[in-house]
Amino acid sequence: MLRRFRLEEPESVAEAAELLGRFGESAKVYAGGTELLLAMKEGLVQYERLINVKKLTGLSDVTTADGTLVIGALCTHHQLENSPVLRDKLPALTKLEQNVANVRVRQVGTIGGNICFAEPHADPGTLLIALGAKMIAEQSSSKREITAEDFFVDAYETALQADEVLTKIQVPIPAPNARSAYLKFGYLERPSVGVAVAFNLNGGVSGVRIAVGCAGPAPRRVAEAEALLEGKSKDEALRHVAEAGASAGRAAQAISDLHGSQEYKEHIVGVLLKRAFQSALS
Amino acid sequence: MAKAMTKHSDTQWIPVSFTLNGRLQEIEVEPHELLLDVVRDQLGLTGAKRSCDVEVCGACTLLVDGRPVSACTTLAFEVRGRSVLTIEGLAQDGKLHPLQEAFIEHGGFQCGFCTPGMILAAKALLDENPNPSEAELKHFMHGNICRCTGYKKIIESIMAAAKKMRAKA
Repeated sequence: MLRRFRLEEPESVAEAAELLGRFGESAKVYAGGTELLLAMKEGLVQYERLINVKKLTGLSDVTTADGTLVIGALCTHHQLENSPVLRDKLPALTKLEQNVANVRVRQVGTIGGNICFAEPHADPGTLLIALGAKMIAEQSSSKREITAEDFFVDAYETALQADEVLTKIQVPIPAPNARSAYLKFGYLERPSVGVAVAFNLNGGVSGVRIAVGCAGPAPRRVAEAEALLEGKSKDEALRHVAEAGASAGRAAQAISDLHGSQEYKEHIVGVLLKRAFQSALS
Repeated sequence: MAKAMTKHSDTQWIPVSFTLNGRLQEIEVEPHELLLDVVRDQLGLTGAKRSCDVEVCGACTLLVDGRPVSACTTLAFEVRGRSVLTIEGLAQDGKLHPLQEAFIEHGGFQCGFCTPGMILAAKALLDENPNPSEAELKHFMHGNICRCTGYKKIIESIMAAAKKMRAKA
């Protein structure tokens, strides 16, 4: 049983932002509700008002514009796993979306809701960081870009301001020689460790981006590990991938919990980085 | 005495007009009411079960516009303008659906608690993909948990039903 709340159903982003500004902490954006309603059911959070954003238009498409893939924040995981545009331009994200949670969560859960709730044990944020994504956040009469790297601040905390609505996720369309992969590991309901890698392949590997998620409080880019692979030939990089994995593990800010000890998670980060890198190369 | 009968005069009621097992229903719900509670308590359809209550087990699976949702974590007003199918709506004029027949014939249930959700999820799978591989079936059904059967008979039942349904189509 949920506690009573009032439902607001704005018809524009400006209206939604205005409501958030007006009601502050007593209101929350509600889309698929797959994370929010759970937290409310468990009594972890309480709101007087839910702002249903599903009537907002133009936020549920996947389009391309000027070399950028634009994903509407209201796209469900189900939509994304079936998007031909996404499969064509970002197959690694398609595969990630196919494996989020379960079929029922994918049916109604949105990518925007996923990243805004910022549950540590989630998938999309990690790959979005590796892909150099940018989040578009709108207020009543302004918008700004937040890089994926800066978006995830802490467990359940993003860089969004209280009256900002996430509207779009922009991902640069990878060049033909770009490679990327996301791998996760878990045996509980949510993933325990997630690693994403992206790079350009032209003789050697360049533009290496590595991100680790689920192990620590928020997904983060691990520049320390990237440096160990950057600019190396394919074979040299493969020889250094174990070292990069160890570095990424240490940088993952892993905490010991039900998902595993800190040491175990760090070890798994290394395993997944090696496999993700090999997978991206093939 | 009148005070004891006070009702919130500012209660927000949302009219919900939807198709339930093929029939038009018009109800009113408060925003916070969950679909599972409305279906079980208000509408008396107790096939869907509250089990984990955190959308991981699938015992509360209902089909909304043919797609599986966790009724335990769906606000009831979200079905306005949509069609909802519960396990009670699967048999037509007393004739069981091929999935129901297959689960009986192949022993796809023991205690039966997960079964309504299992069958509805399987229906959604076969509507989307009439000829799934075992891997595709397992991926789709990953979110429906059974404590009794060990899943082998469930998979056999669904595959058998799929074969029958393909032959009829």
